Amino acid sequence: MTVSIHVNEKAFGRAVVLDDIHFDIQKGEFLTIIGPSGCGKSTLLKIAAGLDTEYSGSVEINGREVTRPGISQGFIFQEHRLFPWLTVEQNIAADLNLRDPNVKKTVQELIDIVRLTGNEKAYPAELSGGMSQRVAIARALLREPEVLLLDEPFGALDAFTRKHLQDVLIDIWQKKKITMILVTHDIDESIYLGTQLAILRANPGRLQKWLPIELLFPRNRTDTSFQYLRQKVLEEFEKTEHSVYAEGAGI
Amino acid sequence: MKTAAFAELNGREKTAKVRKARKVPGWLKGFFVPIIILAVWQYAGSAELISATVLPTPLAILLSFYELAVSGELAANMQISIARAAGGFLLGGGLGLLFGILVGFSKKTESYLDPSLQMLRTVPHLAVTPLFILWFGFDELSKVLLIALGAFFPIYINTFLGIRGVDAKLFDVARVLEFSWRHQITRLILPAALPSILLGVRLSLGIAWLGLVVAELMGSSAGVGYMIMDARQFSQTEKVFVGIIIFAVVGKLTDSFVRLLERKLLKWRSSFQGTN
Ligand SMILES: Nc1ncnc2c1ncn2[C@@H]1O[C@H](COP(=O)(O)OP(=O)(O)OP(=O)(O)O)[C@@H](O)[C@H]1O
Ligand SMILES: [Mg+2]
Repeated sequence: MTVSIHVNEKAFGRAVVLDDIHFDIQKGEFLTIIGPSGCGKSTLLKIAAGLDTEYSGSVEINGREVTRPGISQGFIFQEHRLFPWLTVEQNIAADLNLRDPNVKKTVQELIDIVRLTGNEKAYPAELSGGMSQRVAIARALLREPEVLLLDEPFGALDAFTRKHLQDVLIDIWQKKKITMILVTHDIDESIYLGTQLAILRANPGRLQKWLPIELLFPRNRTDTSFQYLRQKVLEEFEKTEHSVYAEGAGI
Repeated sequence: MKTAAFAELNGREKTAKVRKARKVPGWLKGFFVPIIILAVWQYAGSAELISATVLPTPLAILLSFYELAVSGELAANMQISIARAAGGFLLGGGLGLLFGILVGFSKKTESYLDPSLQMLRTVPHLAVTPLFILWFGFDELSKVLLIALGAFFPIYINTFLGIRGVDAKLFDVARVLEFSWRHQITRLILPAALPSILLGVRLSLGIAWLGLVVAELMGSSAGVGYMIMDARQFSQTEKVFVGIIIFAVVGKLTDSFVRLLERKLLKWRSSFQGTN
């Protein structure tokens, strides 16, 4: 299976936001997309999800054209967007019936995978940001998406929780073999998670560099090879006009 | 040194105990002011500082209540009043909910219906009482319709606003999860609008009750309002008081019931609950 994304042009009014972005990724890849704020990362992800269809180009998943949002393209928003009136397990089930033993069983499995066992009956207001985001991930996983799209899913979390959730995500990716596309503005995160890394530049958003990451899992941020890649990404960043913005990169 | 420290500790424990003993449970605090008022009132009446036809004593009112309750007069009148209020509320509130949902869901129905409804709303509903009497006479129909008219608007407006206030970001989630039409309504729109709808229900109940009082005082041959008017003719002031208190208590009870419903249905909400 492949995900192929071809965006000739995407504009809001007169402002061209994305220009000539074309790439394919294979089944089971983990693509991370990084770039300065406002370069169009969220816009690109929304196009991939079918949430935004006003652009010239095409998106195909497994040879099928994406024209509207759906469960085969799971989407994790920057904020968790849980339904506040539903408990953790009800949120994961959402429109599926928890009284169905199959649904109930899978929901419970997913709760265990995202390490929320014991919180099944809690309401979102009683959860921390990191816990809520894990519920959102479980909710997407229950639908067995062909590809999971994540828009800065851990951006609002502290470093500790973020590291934890990154490991949860790698765990899920390895177990379920789902193709992942994750947008981030954290260089470390993009190298820690990705098997492919796309660096975007701003005004208009273009593909600056495509970088395969061949480090083995589990990865170690202090390895020299990790640090070498980090250096390389930073150099690419400096080549883009707005290079100053790279939160979490330690500069 | 040791004894001083001990004494201090002892002292602290004592103040802690005193504080604990002084702490009054929340539900009791509300009784404090009424009890003082009742005591002063009873004293003023017993000492004949105030005439009994103007202000009968609490004990006299209690006695009258007892007599009315035993004779069955009270129960019969209350039954009629509650039936009227409930009928009017169900009719008006039900229509308000229905129209609120219709107008809330569709811009098209909004542009057709909302302007007319808003215009009607600006007419104080008690001002149309004479008209209702002209049209429907003094019987039950005019009373129930008057109550229904008042109960309609709060539920209508709050349902409409509640539905329109649903977070657009959650609609995106519903699209991504491929919710069916039915699930969009039952899992997203109605739960999100529920706090607002319940507020509408509370306001409507209050207005229905008010409408009932007005309708019964205007002219009726049964009901708590009739009982009040009847007692007034014979200067049975304590009976008037019983009627007023019944109105107040039943009104408060229905409100408490909706609040209980709110607490049950909206327990997912973690909003500010007030400070001590
Ligand atoms: N709905 C919209 N209407 C008009 N302009 C928009 C809209 N959404 C995004 N834009 C513009 O498109 C550009 C890219 O926005 P986008 O949200 O994709 O950036 P981003 O790379 O995700 O940034 P960040 O890292 O801050 O999330 C921005 O300049 C933004 O102003
Ligand atoms: Mg963004």
